[in-house]
Amino acid sequence: MDKIKTIVFKEWAEVFKNRLVLFTVIFLPLIMVALPLGTLAAMGNWNDELSQTSNDVPDEFFGELCEGLSEMDCAQVYMLDLFTLMLMILPVTIPVTIAAYSIVGEKTSHSLEPLLATPITTGELVMGKTIAAVIPAIAATWLSFAIYLVGARLMVTDTIFAYLVDPLWLIAIFVDSPLLTLMSVAIALMVSSRVSDPRVAEQLSAVVVLPLIMLIVGQSVGFILIDQTIIMILGVVVGVLDVVLLYFSVKVFQRETILTRWK
Amino acid sequence: MITTENLTKRFGDNVAVDRLTLQIAEGKVFGFLGPNGAGKTTTVRMLTSLIAPTNGRATILGYEVGKDDQNIRRNVGILTETPGMYDRLTAERNLSIYAQLYEVRDVAGQVEKYLRMLGLWERRHDAVGTFSKGMRQKLAIARSLLHEPRVVFLDEPTSGLDPEAAKLVRDFIAELKGEGRTIFICTHNLDEADRLCDRVAVFKTQLRVVDTPQGLRKQMYGRQVVFHLAETAVGWETAVANLPFIKRTQTVDNKLILSLDDPETHNPDIIRLLVNQGAAIQFVGELRHSLEDVYLQLVQER
Repeated sequence: MDKIKTIVFKEWAEVFKNRLVLFTVIFLPLIMVALPLGTLAAMGNWNDELSQTSNDVPDEFFGELCEGLSEMDCAQVYMLDLFTLMLMILPVTIPVTIAAYSIVGEKTSHSLEPLLATPITTGELVMGKTIAAVIPAIAATWLSFAIYLVGARLMVTDTIFAYLVDPLWLIAIFVDSPLLTLMSVAIALMVSSRVSDPRVAEQLSAVVVLPLIMLIVGQSVGFILIDQTIIMILGVVVGVLDVVLLYFSVKVFQRETILTRWK
Repeated sequence: MITTENLTKRFGDNVAVDRLTLQIAEGKVFGFLGPNGAGKTTTVRMLTSLIAPTNGRATILGYEVGKDDQNIRRNVGILTETPGMYDRLTAERNLSIYAQLYEVRDVAGQVEKYLRMLGLWERRHDAVGTFSKGMRQKLAIARSLLHEPRVVFLDEPTSGLDPEAAKLVRDFIAELKGEGRTIFICTHNLDEADRLCDRVAVFKTQLRVVDTPQGLRKQMYGRQVVFHLAETAVGWETAVANLPFIKRTQTVDNKLILSLDDPETHNPDIIRLLVNQGAAIQFVGELRHSLEDVYLQLVQER
């Protein structure tokens, strides 16, 4: 356990002095919070136009979402849902950047060999690097969500705000997001165990975000409507995937292969 | 202390280390010499449990490679060929991390001890990225010793260092030897091996030869004595060739070079003979071949 702690704090000390990583961890959450809050603020000034827009959209598009709501309120709930869904990009993208630099960075700086020469087990090393990438991502997501809630509270009515703190989104942010983070880290660690350039590792690992983008696009074009069932199914599927991927991220981390095949 | 029996490592069809059999006694400095790509680093990696042998067996301090890897890692220190550090972290932080990973009890004390010993204490709060190559090498040596290992592997410890830094590292290795540690040095610097090592091995995929530096010279050249004459030495070799203890004669300009086993006993006889026959001997000395001569001959001839 002490060695895992040492690796976690080492990773944070090292990684957060990397400007690119720091930029991703700070700048991306800022955008993801500023975008919905800015839109909400703007919506207050565009009431008439938005009402017109929502009038153009057929009722089937919103389905159950708009039950008991005015068209304007429905449009706002729809927008908030979409932005909350977009907030779930954070737990996937932030850890990818950290984890991608984690092993490939060690290799390119020639610090991996002396590290592997210490009595640390592969499990401890992978666990340390996983925790180091997971915690900042979850913290950034939850903090962003909290700021988003506070900002939204000041700009929307009680009825609309109730939709934002619906169990659907609380499960999404507090259960699905950490699970997505774990999945993202496990994949990034596996990729960075196999490639020799941190940027390649980052780009390959970023593919993890694609299913989430598909969900966002699906919701925005009315192909699907994210509801509690989808969020629960997402949680279960990602949870199972996490177990499998974490197992393989330890298996794929072959000390000998990493030391002898990388140039 | 360190034993290997037919230790072999293959990467696909390539044999990097072929049936290496060695025994290195406790407290000795062992030089492992060989050209680039000879398999020296692969050997060190096997002996430090970083990679597994394909065949054969090796034990370090009684622990078997492949079976007791964690114990080997706990008891062995390694300076890798390219010793990477965490450049954004301070020297002190770098060492503290490794002290914790090596399960050192007094982390702060050990870190201070080695930073002071290697002259880096004043720079302990500086990021390692600002260090010169010599300072980084010293820090990497400190890292390999934090847990007080009984066996230390040093892969090219003075490579790329300026003469002053190289001397400091060599002096430090000599100090380690004085502490009774077993030191395994891979080096291209034959003068360094000559000065530091109790025994050296010449290795190129297979073990070519292993002996003391002095023993290697003797194996290759025997002992040679040079008689500097006032005039050309040509012709004088016939005067001594019949002496029973002379193995070989050679002349170069005014130098008469004789190979024999025991110059301390026989030099007076040779001098007497030459003087009696009218040779004007200016001075006499033993011809000392460098380890480099021995090494080059061994590497080239096979």
